[in-house]
Amino acid sequence: MSAPVIVPGVTGRRPSSLRPTSERAHRRRARAVGGPRKRRSVLLTIAMAVVVIYTLLPLVWLLINATKTQADLFSTFGLWFGGEFALFDNIGRVLAYGDGIFGRWLLNTLLYVVLGAGGATLLATLGGYAIAKFRFRGRTAAIAVVLGAVAIPGTALAVPTFLMFARIGITDTPLAVILPSLISPFGLYLMWVFASESIPDELIEAARVDGASELRIFRSVCLPLLGPGIVTVLLFTTVATWNNYFLPLIMLRNPDWYPLTIGLNAWNNQATTAGGDAIFDLVITGSLLAIIPLIALFLLLQRFWQSGLAAGSVKE
Amino acid sequence: MTSTTRIRRAGAPRVAGLGFLAPFAIVFALVFLAPIAYALFLSLFADRLVGGVQFVGLDNFARILGDARFWSGVGNVVLFLLVQVPIMLFLSLLVALAIDSGRLHGAAFVRLSVFLPYAVPAVVATLMWGFMYGDRFGLVRSFNEILGTSIASPLAPDTVLAAIGNIVTWQFVGYNMLIFFAALRTVPTSLYEAAEIDGAGELRVITAIKLPAIRGALVIATIFSIIGSFQLFNEPSILRNLAPNAITSYFTPNIWAYELSFSGQQQGLAAAVAILMGILTAVIAYLVQLRGMRKEQR
Repeated sequence: MSAPVIVPGVTGRRPSSLRPTSERAHRRRARAVGGPRKRRSVLLTIAMAVVVIYTLLPLVWLLINATKTQADLFSTFGLWFGGEFALFDNIGRVLAYGDGIFGRWLLNTLLYVVLGAGGATLLATLGGYAIAKFRFRGRTAAIAVVLGAVAIPGTALAVPTFLMFARIGITDTPLAVILPSLISPFGLYLMWVFASESIPDELIEAARVDGASELRIFRSVCLPLLGPGIVTVLLFTTVATWNNYFLPLIMLRNPDWYPLTIGLNAWNNQATTAGGDAIFDLVITGSLLAIIPLIALFLLLQRFWQSGLAAGSVKE
Repeated sequence: MTSTTRIRRAGAPRVAGLGFLAPFAIVFALVFLAPIAYALFLSLFADRLVGGVQFVGLDNFARILGDARFWSGVGNVVLFLLVQVPIMLFLSLLVALAIDSGRLHGAAFVRLSVFLPYAVPAVVATLMWGFMYGDRFGLVRSFNEILGTSIASPLAPDTVLAAIGNIVTWQFVGYNMLIFFAALRTVPTSLYEAAEIDGAGELRVITAIKLPAIRGALVIATIFSIIGSFQLFNEPSILRNLAPNAITSYFTPNIWAYELSFSGQQQGLAAAVAILMGILTAVIAYLVQLRGMRKEQR
C-alpha cells in the first residue's frame, strides 16, 4: 500500500483563503498542550506506552538483529543480542556484496529523490501559486480534472503507464521512474492553500505597479514566503519517492538502475530461488541502512512536517 | 471573492497564470491522463492465439466479472477494508485525543514514536514484520522455544490477511494520528473554556466538541484508507516470497492485474481489472464523502 495522500476538495471544502484574517489569527493562536491546570494521567500514559512499544518494537528488532551473524540470527533470541557483535562486519559486507551494488542502489535512490521529489515540489509550487493567485481561463477545469483523476488509484495506473512507456521505449531507464514521480496532487493542494494564505495580493500588485515581470515577482517576492510550505511538500514527496516500490518494480529490469527498495527485495528473494545465496543478515543490515536517512530527516525537520500538515489539508 | 475582483482590476496578466501551471499540467497529462486513455483503449483488445490482436469490445470486462479469481481478490480487499481500516483509524484517533488531552507524560515523544514508521519504506516494513512472523528466525520461533508452545506463524493461509493488516496498521497509524491531531489543534480555545464553565467532563468535551470539529479530517482519512485498501499490493507482493503458499497470484485485484500483465501477457485483461477497480474505488470513496458531508450539514 502506498502512502495515502491528502487531496484537495474531497470533502468539498475550499482552501481557507476566503476566511477573514481575524478568524484565522484566532485559530492560529496555539493552545498549549497540557496547560498548567491539567493533571497528568498515569493510566493514559501507560496506555500510550503500549502503543509506543508497538510502533518501536520492529525498529528495535531490526537494530538488534543487524548486529548478528547469520548463524546467530537462526539460533539466538530475536529480541536480544547474539554471541558476536557483527554490526560493523555486516555493514562492511552489505557495502561490498555484489561488487558494491548496494552503494549503486543508494545513489540511484538519491537520483530518483533529487529529480523526482525535487521536480514534483517545483511543479507543485508553480502550479499551486498559479491556482492561488491567478484567475485564468481553464483554471476551474484544471482543478476539476486533477481532483477527478485523484480518485483513480496510483497503482491502477502503473500497469498502463508501463505499457505506454514500453511503447515509447523508455522502460528500464531512470526516466521511467522519475517521470511519474513528478506529479504530486497532495503537493499541488498544499502549495495552493499555502500560497493563498501566505502571499498578500497587495504585495503582488505593488510589485506589478513597480513594473516587475511575473517571473521576477514569483522569484523575489513570493518564493521566500512559500519557504515552509515548500519544505513540507519536499519532505513528503521525498518519502514517497524514497519508499517507492511498485513503480520501479515494473519499470526496471536492470539491477544497475534499482533503487534500494527493489534491491533489498531482490536480495531477500535470493534465498528462495534455486541455487541462490541466502543473505538474510545482509537484508536486515541493508534495511537498517536504508531507513536511517529518512528517519534522520524527519527528526531534523520536525517543525516543518508538523506545522505543514496543520496548515494544509486538515484545516476546518 | 474579493481577491478575484481585486486582481482583475489590477489587470493581472492571465497568460502568466497559465504559464506557471503549464509544467504541472503537461506532465500530468503525460503520466496521468494518457495512461488512463491507454488503459481504456487496451481494455477493448485481446491478443488471441489465432488472429493476433483483435478488437473484442467489452469482452475483457465480461471475462473479468465472470472470473472467480477477481471476486476472490475483491473479497480479500473488502474484508481488509472492513476490519483493518476501522481498527487503524480508531487507534489513530485514540492516540491523537490522548496527546491533545494534555494529560500525557512525554506527549512529544509519543507523537514522534508513533509517526516514525511512516518514514519506513513498505519493503522494509514488510520484510521486518515478515521475519518477525517467521518460525525460522523470527519472534514466533523465539517464543515457541522459550515457552514451549507451538504457535503457528501468522503467515499461514488463514491468518496472512490479518498479518498484512497489522503491517499496514503499523505503517499508517502515525500518519492518520497526525492528521487528526493537526485538526484537533485548530479547535478554538474559547470552546473548551465555555465547556469548562458549563461543567462538561472530558468525555463530553470529546463527543460534543472534538469529534464534530474534526469530522472533515475523519472523512478524508477514511477515504484514503479505502483507496489504500483497494490498492493493496506492496505488502502481499513482498510477503509472497516468505509465504508462497498463503498468498495466491490473485490475492488482491492489483496483484492479479500485475500477474496478468507480466506473467500472462494479457494486457487487455490487466487493463480491464485496473479500470474496474478504479471505478469501484471512486464510487465507494464518493459514497463515503456524501455520507460524511450529509452529517456535516445536519
